[in-house]
Amino acid sequence: MEIQVMEDILGRNDQLASENQMLFAKRGVFVLNLMGSPGSGKTSLLEKTMAALKDNLRMAVIEGDLFTSKDADRIAKYDVPVIQINTSGGCHLDAAMVQKVLQELDLENLDLLVVENVGNLVCPAEFNVGEDVKAVVLSITEGDDKPLKYPLIFKESAIAVLNKVDLLPYTNFDMAAAKKDITSIHPAISVLEVSCTSSTGVEAWYDWLKEKVAAKKMAVNAHG
Amino acid sequence: MHEMAIAEGILDIALDYAARNQARKIQCISLRLGEMSGVETDALQFCFTALTKGTIAETAELKLNKIPLVGLCRECGKETHIEHYNFLCPNCDSGQLEILSGRELQVEYLEVD
Repeated sequence: MEIQVMEDILGRNDQLASENQMLFAKRGVFVLNLMGSPGSGKTSLLEKTMAALKDNLRMAVIEGDLFTSKDADRIAKYDVPVIQINTSGGCHLDAAMVQKVLQELDLENLDLLVVENVGNLVCPAEFNVGEDVKAVVLSITEGDDKPLKYPLIFKESAIAVLNKVDLLPYTNFDMAAAKKDITSIHPAISVLEVSCTSSTGVEAWYDWLKEKVAAKKMAVNAHG
Repeated sequence: MHEMAIAEGILDIALDYAARNQARKIQCISLRLGEMSGVETDALQFCFTALTKGTIAETAELKLNKIPLVGLCRECGKETHIEHYNFLCPNCDSGQLEILSGRELQVEYLEVD
């Protein structure tokens, strides 16, 4: 006997993600799903961001990590609420994991929630957690061939942060080629050149983020 | 290795539909997998085999129906197969290609006894 099904395999995750999204939307919290390879500089970018914006924006962070709380410990120094999710070897965060910890956050008094995903250029791109946008951090030491090798994460991300540009003179990274590949995969994506070490380009990142947070607040006010 | 999570999703859906139809055995599970669905099919098969042990899907065949990545240009109206993940229209070079297919990750149908 044949049974017609036609169901999305990740449908359950998508359903939980939209429940999360509704919770965030009601309170006007802008949620960023921050993705990228291990060592690309996701946590460093977050540290810079907190130092620069935490006095003006009410922030919180959810840290995804396989086993440790090393990143969460780094975040906690900035006096920003941080929740650690250990995936025990799991390669990505999913909507259920995020939903489980949301009660620990004071969503009513929050402007920006950053979900730092497990370091990985593949799997996190498949699993929505209820975010407004995804961002991918690619460090130039990883090589300019990575966008075409991992197209999905660039297709899904609204912004690509090319980090560690202070090291450009010491690598064979072709910035023009990398940007061309990224925009051919995702013509509407924003691309920023950044160095968390020398603070190059970080202002443009803060501006992008502040604009998104403000737009989210406006949307919730407009809908009462 | 998110193929394990995907294999779990497939098995959950298959067992659910099989139970609702009082099936005793699942012979085949047919999937629609888009070209840009990000699934490594060998890894998926491996995870699926490991997961289904001891279930009514233990010997089920996974049928993979691959769906090509096709875009429609909102600028010039031309429909094209997207090559090398280049989402610039090969006809007019605009960045307005809308994905028509190729992102599918679905259970299509089951064959059961």
